Amino acid sequence: MPLISVTDLDVRFGADDEIVHAVRGVSFDVAEGETFGLVGESGSGKSTVLRAMSGLNADWTGSIEIGGTRLGRVRGKPFYKRVQMVFQDPYGSLHPRHTVDRILSEPCQIHGMSDIDTRVSDVLVAVGLGPTFRFRYPHQLSGGQRQRVAIARALILEPEILLLDEPTSALDVSVQAEILNLLQRLKQERGLTFVLVSHDLSVIAHMCDRLAVMNAGRIVEELTVAQLRAAEPAEAYTRQLLRASLGYDRSAAADMESFD
Amino acid sequence: MSGATGAKDGALLTVEDLSVRFHTRTGIVDAVRNISFSVGREKVGIVGESGSGKTMTGRSVLRLIRPPGEITAKRMEFDGHDLLTLTEKQMRDIRGDRVSMVMQDPKYSLNPVMTIGEQIAEAYRVHTGASFRDAKVRAAEMLAAVKIRDPERVLSLYPHEVSGGMGQRIMIAMMLIPDPDLMIADEPTSALDVTVQMQVLAIIDDLVTQRGMGLMFISHDLNLVASFCDRVIIMYAGQIVETCKANELDQAQHPYTRGLLNSLPRLDRKPGPLPVLERQESWKTEPGVDAYFK
Repeated sequence: MPLISVTDLDVRFGADDEIVHAVRGVSFDVAEGETFGLVGESGSGKSTVLRAMSGLNADWTGSIEIGGTRLGRVRGKPFYKRVQMVFQDPYGSLHPRHTVDRILSEPCQIHGMSDIDTRVSDVLVAVGLGPTFRFRYPHQLSGGQRQRVAIARALILEPEILLLDEPTSALDVSVQAEILNLLQRLKQERGLTFVLVSHDLSVIAHMCDRLAVMNAGRIVEELTVAQLRAAEPAEAYTRQLLRASLGYDRSAAADMESFD
Repeated sequence: MSGATGAKDGALLTVEDLSVRFHTRTGIVDAVRNISFSVGREKVGIVGESGSGKTMTGRSVLRLIRPPGEITAKRMEFDGHDLLTLTEKQMRDIRGDRVSMVMQDPKYSLNPVMTIGEQIAEAYRVHTGASFRDAKVRAAEMLAAVKIRDPERVLSLYPHEVSGGMGQRIMIAMMLIPDPDLMIADEPTSALDVTVQMQVLAIIDDLVTQRGMGLMFISHDLNLVASFCDRVIIMYAGQIVETCKANELDQAQHPYTRGLLNSLPRLDRKPGPLPVLERQESWKTEPGVDAYFK
């Protein structure tokens, strides 16, 4: 049985004649211990799928199951203990007036956990920051360090599932490599399941086992990373995305089509 | 094309020993340190990570560094004009008309209280003295050229009503209208989807190959620069650490460049831990290299 099962997910924003149908009938399964990628261009609905899964957007229809339990619109503490999220922008996702210590302690307090002090220092070591960072404010950290804190905050509740929304797109490539390595190591150590949203096919290929390509709210195609690496996508949209990801090519630019 | 014929070596822009310094409360920050390069009628990529000084290099060519920032150079010459000694008024004739700059963030570079159409038309009228009606027509043509659907509608929108990617294309359209000799593009396509990026780059590419425009392409994306540009300048800590032909970037020698290339996840490489860049203090103290157009 898959750990995560999303069936016929639909998300609409707005009302009446200004309705935006952001996600249209999206279905996919993610097995335990797998990394599943959602890739697409801006406006394809990939982040909206993740936000509906995380409970940040309560306005959806369809079914989202985790471990066989169907999720409601409003999620309780047991859900957040199992599923945590890391956001794209580490500058925006950390409270500017809270120290790292407070950022990491707060989820523990909410969930009534014991040994908060040990948990905070352990998780800082796990994300490669160490105790010297514990009483700093976010503005005293670099972008990569902030993203490590955001990952630590997601991990401190010891969840099974991490939802990752473009976790490295705001970072330099050398820092991106460090964060991707960190995520891979944590996944192995803790047996995590990842759902990774990215616009970058090479990041998806590096991290994932399987991926779904999204365009205009729909899943265009689901494929394994081996198929992606072998450049064997079935759909024209995916082939174009792949070609554009390989770098600039004047003749390819002339062939670009629009798929919406 | 006006002005002198340029330097003997065919370079449009020649910069020698450029430094940019900021005097701050905590001391002097050397954003750019003694760099020398030139740009011909070609596509030159300037790559580096955040804080390497690539944006400051681009801005200092147009003297767009405000106090407490300070530019010093032995020589900074564009097509026979000494950019170091021109008055502000003379600089205004160069900016936009002869040398244009596409800024990184359209949100801060477009005027929030003017419609897109008024802004593009204004730029065109200032540079050509055309009528408002002609300027509007030209503006719509340029928007269509940067692959904006329904340009007439977009002309009547305000900057907050367009997406980041569209804003970036509007900036590019605006900069292309005066037909510049040199374009400084600071991460012009980083906010765009890969397919749109490809189409926008094709427009810039055609201007370089067909009209002989020079291009300084500032980017953090090594793959893109390697495939798009003719020549690459790699910056680290305010210096040029290496320069090479773009198609030979994969054979780069400097450990910093190698480290950056290796840290990229690739579609054609088996996954496994990515090599992490180990920075060495000596990269900052070793003298940089020159990157002249030959």
